[in-house]
Amino acid sequence: MTLLSLNALTVRRGECPVVDAVSFSVSPGECVGLIGPNGAGKTTLLRAALGLLPHEGLSSLSALPARARAAQAAWMPQSREIAWPVEVETLIALGRIPHLPRGARLRQEDRAAVDAAIARMGLEGFRTRRATELSGGEQARVLIARALAQATPLLIADEPIAGLDPANQIATMQVFRALAEEGRAVIVSLHDLGLAARHCTRLLMMGAGQLVADGPPPEVLTPDNVARVFGVTAFWAETPQGPVFQPLEVTR
Amino acid sequence: MKLAATLCALVAALFLASLLTGWVAANPAAALRALVAGDGTPLSVVMQDIRLPRAILAVMVGASLGLAGAALQGYLRNPLAEPGLIGVSGAAALGAVIAIQTGLALVFPLALPLSALAGAVAAVLLILMLAGPRGGSITLILAGIAISALAGALTSLVLNLSPNPFAAADIVFWMMGSLADRSFQHVWLALPFMALGWALLLSTGRALDALTLGEDAARAMGVDPFRLRVTLVLGTASAVGAATAVAGAIGFVGLVVPHLLRPFVGARPSQLLWASALGGAAMVLAADIAVREVLPERDLKLGVVMALVGAPLFLHLIYRTRREMA
Repeated sequence: MTLLSLNALTVRRGECPVVDAVSFSVSPGECVGLIGPNGAGKTTLLRAALGLLPHEGLSSLSALPARARAAQAAWMPQSREIAWPVEVETLIALGRIPHLPRGARLRQEDRAAVDAAIARMGLEGFRTRRATELSGGEQARVLIARALAQATPLLIADEPIAGLDPANQIATMQVFRALAEEGRAVIVSLHDLGLAARHCTRLLMMGAGQLVADGPPPEVLTPDNVARVFGVTAFWAETPQGPVFQPLEVTR
Repeated sequence: MKLAATLCALVAALFLASLLTGWVAANPAAALRALVAGDGTPLSVVMQDIRLPRAILAVMVGASLGLAGAALQGYLRNPLAEPGLIGVSGAAALGAVIAIQTGLALVFPLALPLSALAGAVAAVLLILMLAGPRGGSITLILAGIAISALAGALTSLVLNLSPNPFAAADIVFWMMGSLADRSFQHVWLALPFMALGWALLLSTGRALDALTLGEDAARAMGVDPFRLRVTLVLGTASAVGAATAVAGAIGFVGLVVPHLLRPFVGARPSQLLWASALGGAAMVLAADIAVREVLPERDLKLGVVMALVGAPLFLHLIYRTRREMA
């Protein structure tokens, strides 16, 4: 069983392919890190996979009708928009919209999902705060909680940990990993290769619109790949505390 | 629900006050008895044929403008969006003026509202096209200014080319917006369009809530952006077009009412819809009472009073937005 499968997904901007014939599939239990330099096509790939962009090739998600898709995958965009000064709890409850029958209010199960998301992201003390008045990092956690409240088998998040402090970055990656271990799947794009190496079960490396490498972190973050795609050298070690990856020098 | 009860009570009280306001002095009990009795006495005719439709129209027009304002603000994620400010009312007025000027309105009674409606549809489409899906404040306001100016210029052109100065004066007064001397004919003319508009706009609540998170997130939650846009355009145009067709251009209701009520509904766009409809009804009722009480011997226009109250509030809103951005 797969939660998402892409077959030769291609997105063009004019003639030039921004995402070039990318194929992979994601199964339950995977915490997939999508890595690549700026402009590699990570966001475009994720949006096209969700059916938010016109594309060629197949995506199992974009083929679904809108409502079924919303029950299958939750999406946390990179732009952290919160348009109105709503309370944190209200904002997180927006994640229940795809599950609510027409005209219904939040039901018992919806409240439970919202409470679970709040507990997971450690936002208990923020419930009644106005979301627009929080710091950038706090807003990011609230928006992750919103996506969690959607309670979908697949969670797709675009740079969710950018701008978080180290403790919250690690805690968030642990939440994603825990979701995977519960039998759901997560696809997360991120720039922190160290965190990707430690917390993801699998990495997808993109460069110039193409999928360069796909596999467990040690197989993807090879010196050769890292130099070719990111243009840096790096230090890698297996330690008693788990893998350590640290980019070192720019090679070009 | 406390807010709903409060707003309903306010609308009911103002509706009653509106019924008891006017030229003909009568004690309230007698006036209300005459309203119910309908016994053909002069007081009963005044109550039934002049004051009742006027109060009903105030509620309808206010609800339409408040609701449209709240829906546009929710959709564009911008507290400065308002049907009057962004040119929808102006374009509807242009449509109505053309219908009056060409005599079409005399030949075919539905020509006036339909023509106002067409103007409103054109303006809303232009706004959405110019302001773009992300709805930045600046592009929105600039697009609004451009469309208002264009509608104003075309209206002036119609007046300019008007062969008859009295007709021109009539149109000018009509455009200032008023509920004076309206009859049940106006109520029945506007009601179907407004009811359609209300139904369409109220149905957008959940999608507008989802849009709080941005268009991408909303789409991933199953919101169909195309359907939402069409619903919003038709709903706004039909409610505001009908309001403009019977009452002329009345601005600022759709701006001020959602702004005042937003804190009371926890800023949720869906809750703001019905709250703004009730609030708009209350505001127009109050303004229409003020019009008759402040200068009873002069025919003070509703649109003028609304703008006098609304413009300073708008300035205050811009000032606050600027401070929040800084």
